[in-house]
Amino acid sequence: MRLSEIAQTLTLKVRSAAGHLDTDVLGGYASDLMSDVMANAEEGYLWVTLQTHANIVAVAAMKELAGIILINGREPEKETAEKAEEKNIPILVSRLPAFELIGRLYDLGIPGLRADAEES
Amino acid sequence: MIAANKNLQFTKIQELVYELKVAEVMTKNLITVAPDTRMSELRGILRDNRISGTPVVDGDRMVGIVSVEDFITWLIRGGVDCPVGQVMSRKVRTLFADEPLVHAVSKLEEHGYGRLPVLDRSKNTLLGLITKGDIIEGLLQELQIDYHEEEIHRYRASHFFEDMIADKITINFHYHIHGKKIEQGGEVASDLKRSLKRLGIHPDIVRRAAIATYEAEMNVIIYAEEGRVDVNVEPDVILIEVRDRGQGIADVARAVEPGYSTAPDWVRELGFGAGMGLQNIKNCARDFDITSTVGRGTTLKISIPTGTKEKRCA
Repeated sequence: MRLSEIAQTLTLKVRSAAGHLDTDVLGGYASDLMSDVMANAEEGYLWVTLQTHANIVAVAAMKELAGIILINGREPEKETAEKAEEKNIPILVSRLPAFELIGRLYDLGIPGLRADAEES
Repeated sequence: MIAANKNLQFTKIQELVYELKVAEVMTKNLITVAPDTRMSELRGILRDNRISGTPVVDGDRMVGIVSVEDFITWLIRGGVDCPVGQVMSRKVRTLFADEPLVHAVSKLEEHGYGRLPVLDRSKNTLLGLITKGDIIEGLLQELQIDYHEEEIHRYRASHFFEDMIADKITINFHYHIHGKKIEQGGEVASDLKRSLKRLGIHPDIVRRAAIATYEAEMNVIIYAEEGRVDVNVEPDVILIEVRDRGQGIADVARAVEPGYSTAPDWVRELGFGAGMGLQNIKNCARDFDITSTVGRGTTLKISIPTGTKEKRCA
């Protein structure tokens, strides 16, 4: 599913790189720890977090993520939005808390990491 | 294998004859003659321009075509000088500039013509001439472009080191981490990632090197403020050394334990200092070594083999 469709369906507000919403979202990962995202998120994944500082852009760019969704109506810091614009990383904002937002992403068919993880 | 290749090539040419338009391969700088050009002049025109036929144009309208065959027929019939207009072929098959090349191929083939005039579809004016030679040249040029792109792509993809001749090859990337704010963390890793990609190193290996460097870079920024990163790329291994003159690590063995961290609260609030960094680095590397002296600084050395995908980075 394309990021633009997700943004429209879940009424997310776009805060940066509005011209880069045409990418296919391959999955989702939620975490507020940078090292955790560095270790576990996958290329083309959407990252759900409450962190708003500029490092999230560096991490997303390094991992080539599809975009970042900030939860609880949090807004990116000015520097974060600027850096995201420069690095073409879409940052979207949701008013929902993480649990509710991720539930809706799941309903849209966005998978998490390794669907069989719970079985092993 | 050979048959498969031949087949592939054939398909590519087929694709091209449908893709290319007549206008793209036709000859535009046309030599033409007028209906009242004398037959005695024609031989010189054909010979001087090394052509075997030419359209006959009256004003901006093409009225016929005259070729070497027509010239020979004229000679056999006595060769009495007359205007070209009396000898030329009037029933001329033509092509439109926007037709695919495959139409030109089949028309030339079907009637055994050596050349076909190309007309503008809307104005019906003569734009050029297409011969088998033009078609072959056009196809070869297009294949050449494809081949060139393929060549560049392949070169970038893996042959960088193969093209270098030396007993030992090392490419060194040096970066300085100097008094950076935590928000700027990741710049060295990002620059290194781009550089390694340019060398054509496998994306999975590039990712590992970037993750390890990112974590090491953040450690320097959080705990030491200043440091240097030296990356040596050799044909089969990437060696990364990160050195700082910070506070040092009192208990290296504990520092490597997942979840162990000495980070201050403000760092943790930003989502750093969770005790995962060194573990991430370790997971990305084959060899992993930390030496540290309290009050003097820390040196981290890792190696990442470039050839194999033995361990997943996570």
